[in-house]
Amino acid sequence: MNASLPEAHTLITQLADAIAPTLTPDTFIVGVHTGGVWVAERLHALLKCAQPLGTLDISFYRDDFSRIGLHPQVKPSNLPFDLEGRDILLVDDVLHSGRTVRAAMNELFDYGRPATIRLAVLIDRGDHELPIRPDFVGLTLNVPKHQNINLSRLDDGHLTLSLA
Amino acid sequence: MKIHIQNGRVIDPMNARDEVTDLFIAAGKIVAIGQRPADFHVNRTIDASGLIVCPGLIDLSVRLREPGYEYRATLESEMLAAAAGGITSLACPPDTDPPLDEPGLVEMLKFRARNLPGPRVYPLGALTQKLEGKMITEMAELTEAGCRAFTQADAPIADTHVLLRAMEYAATFGFSLWLRPQDVSLAQDGVAHDGAVATRLGLPGIPALAETVALATILQLARETGARVHLMRLSTRDGIAMVRAAKAQGLAVSCDVAATHVHLSENDLVSFDSNLHLCPPLRGLRDRDAIREALRDGSIDALCSDHTPVDENEKQVPFGESAPGASGVELLLPLTLKWAREMGVPLAQALDLISWKPAQILGVPGGHLSVGSCADICVFDEHADWVVNAQSLFSQSNNTPFLNHPMQGRVRYTVIDGHLDFESGH
Amino acid sequence: MNLQLTEDGKLHHLLTLDGLPRAILTQILDTAESFMDVGEREVKKVPLLRGKSIFNLFFEPSTRTRTTFEIAAKRLSADVVNLNISTSSQSKGEAILDTVDNLSAMHADMFIVRHGQSGAAHFIARHVAPHISVVNAGDGRHAHPTQGLLDMFTIRRYKGAFHNLTVAIVGDVLHSRVARSQIHALTTLGVPEVRVIGPKTLLPVGIEQMGVKVFHNMEAGLKDCDVIIMLRLQNERMKSARLPSAQEYFKFFGLTPEKLALAKPDAIVMHPGPMNRGVEIDSAVADGPQSVILPQVTYGIAVRMAVMAMLTGGAA
Repeated sequence: MNASLPEAHTLITQLADAIAPTLTPDTFIVGVHTGGVWVAERLHALLKCAQPLGTLDISFYRDDFSRIGLHPQVKPSNLPFDLEGRDILLVDDVLHSGRTVRAAMNELFDYGRPATIRLAVLIDRGDHELPIRPDFVGLTLNVPKHQNINLSRLDDGHLTLSLA
Repeated sequence: MKIHIQNGRVIDPMNARDEVTDLFIAAGKIVAIGQRPADFHVNRTIDASGLIVCPGLIDLSVRLREPGYEYRATLESEMLAAAAGGITSLACPPDTDPPLDEPGLVEMLKFRARNLPGPRVYPLGALTQKLEGKMITEMAELTEAGCRAFTQADAPIADTHVLLRAMEYAATFGFSLWLRPQDVSLAQDGVAHDGAVATRLGLPGIPALAETVALATILQLARETGARVHLMRLSTRDGIAMVRAAKAQGLAVSCDVAATHVHLSENDLVSFDSNLHLCPPLRGLRDRDAIREALRDGSIDALCSDHTPVDENEKQVPFGESAPGASGVELLLPLTLKWAREMGVPLAQALDLISWKPAQILGVPGGHLSVGSCADICVFDEHADWVVNAQSLFSQSNNTPFLNHPMQGRVRYTVIDGHLDFESGH
Repeated sequence: MNLQLTEDGKLHHLLTLDGLPRAILTQILDTAESFMDVGEREVKKVPLLRGKSIFNLFFEPSTRTRTTFEIAAKRLSADVVNLNISTSSQSKGEAILDTVDNLSAMHADMFIVRHGQSGAAHFIARHVAPHISVVNAGDGRHAHPTQGLLDMFTIRRYKGAFHNLTVAIVGDVLHSRVARSQIHALTTLGVPEVRVIGPKTLLPVGIEQMGVKVFHNMEAGLKDCDVIIMLRLQNERMKSARLPSAQEYFKFFGLTPEKLALAKPDAIVMHPGPMNRGVEIDSAVADGPQSVILPQVTYGIAVRMAVMAMLTGGAA
């Protein structure tokens, strides 16, 4: 199955090419832990973004907290800039139900009031449960419900996509 | 009523009897052992095959809670519970409301008890008026009303001078004082044994010193006054050693322990269970082991239940606020058997501690099975397994640290004054 | 302590640090770390406990602790109800259990309990419905687990690790629930040497069995310490059968700059508060460079947020 998935780095380059024309000097890239941060880091480098990179951990904003509790490893969110009136490019690896993006947006608004938020994802696997759609997508792919598509990072930093 | 107890293993420590034989009862007395008397027309045959037949148990401390504490338990319920425990005579502490410091109250209690099925009730008289530890009671009048001994129960006598005079007065008449050694100022507001467990749990402690210091005072006063003293509910290794030494020096003193303290220690307190809030507190393992050994070597003369029924609301509060005490008149026998089993002590020696010895301490008839003696008899199954819970207990209260514990040994029949006052369901 | 954990080893009540596995203590500290950032944002709230009702059941009055719990709960977006149950209303006859039952019926999710009796939080935890969690905010002399945790958080922040520290707790350990919780936490987290320092009249029987070394001489006890925790001496102890005066106590067991110099040069000084200046601690030390007493207070909010979040999450 992996043979039919494209190379993660190829997709990221395609994403960067699509985003580049719309990028303003004031755009801030924010990646969602964990896979979204890896993609955001690549994009930030490829787009030669002038602003610092932001990272979000949405553990405190998930809507399934009552059911599954706190994740044991909460990484700190880091937004080293003032959000007020800014353009945010929110980056995640896989868009599925849309709940992660909703949580990320809720958290962003607790930091301040951005002017715009646009969404870039590596993979959109469909089955959206909320009215959230990406502005930039690397690949749209229908993945059967029982399967998961994952982005992993190897020791040397290389990113790979896999289906499980 | 003519009763024939057939084929049981009759164990009678006082008469050194241990054999399978029959007992014949008529008109409230044991009329024959072994050989059936002529013209003995039996009204009731009890098949005691596989069971033990022993003298009815004598419990030196059973609180019946009347008068005044009927919300905790009543005479009816607790006397039935005692009979279910194989008890045929019991001593009842005077800490009722009002306390038993007047002959009229003693007579009323005896009258009430006499008219109910259950054990012979021997009220202990209050040593001081209202148990306040200030003025002595009319001990002679109270003795005439039926008190066998005088005690403060758990109420302190803070003034040593009062204790001295009370002993002198009692010695004048040869009356007995039953005293629980605890120095009130050393005990302070303690609720648990002052040791590693109380430290860990943050519970105010009662040091062993509270018992030994008070014991030293009591023993010295006893030597001086010649008063007959029985020490109640010893709990410390050092205290037991002091009593052993005093006895060795010829002091006529006796002592007892509560059955709870033979098995439990401060280590059982880990979950703040109020059922383990006892007076005296459960002490360290070394104290518990000293108790177990002293029962075996005779330094401790008797075991009692110290049955203290308490209303559920008084235990359903944080540990330190709970009323101390455990109910347990129905557990005296199985707990004694458990100790004997674990220590490898012969059955006769164990039963002696809850029949003949307490009879001598209390100074009442009973505690043995002789021809012509009153028919106070306990028949039990030493192998019967049961679980302590609200359904299996007859007492109105269930405040026991052994709740939900398995027990081995259960009374089948209790004969009191020749009447079958208790018969178990099976 | 089994009462505190669910069958799969997750925290259901926080009653005492005694017997809690090291992994859980560490998890609380790590989670508290992530909540520190929340306190530094403009919107200091996260929606984790939205819709949950937290009842502060304070049978013993306390403004400081109660306020910290309230702030922590509100930062988690919970609804907070404060109940100060004075002893007079208790003596009017409402039993603790009736109070607890009534509040449970008002859809409480969590009780924060402070009570004058040791074991009170355990007692309440044994009686609440399965979905309700109980946090012990101090019971008699027994435990004050969130204080112990925030003290550990403080130590970890300033010292990094536990495995190479010498920690001294000074003062009235006998009456201190804070000290007991600290001792459990320190030993569980692997601090190799935990010392208690005080006069014999203020150190409880058998305290060594909790894993500490006993010192009656403060100079000897403070030597080469990395962390010094000063305990408050309550007014009623100062002139009692246990101590003659605050002055004599300060002379022998108070922390002065001279005594502090016996510890390691980078030793930190802690105090659970409120301080009695001039009784257990000299102002020069309390306000000095080695004192971390003020930061301790801010850590308390993050630690309590962590505890409340960990107790609520996951299926009941």
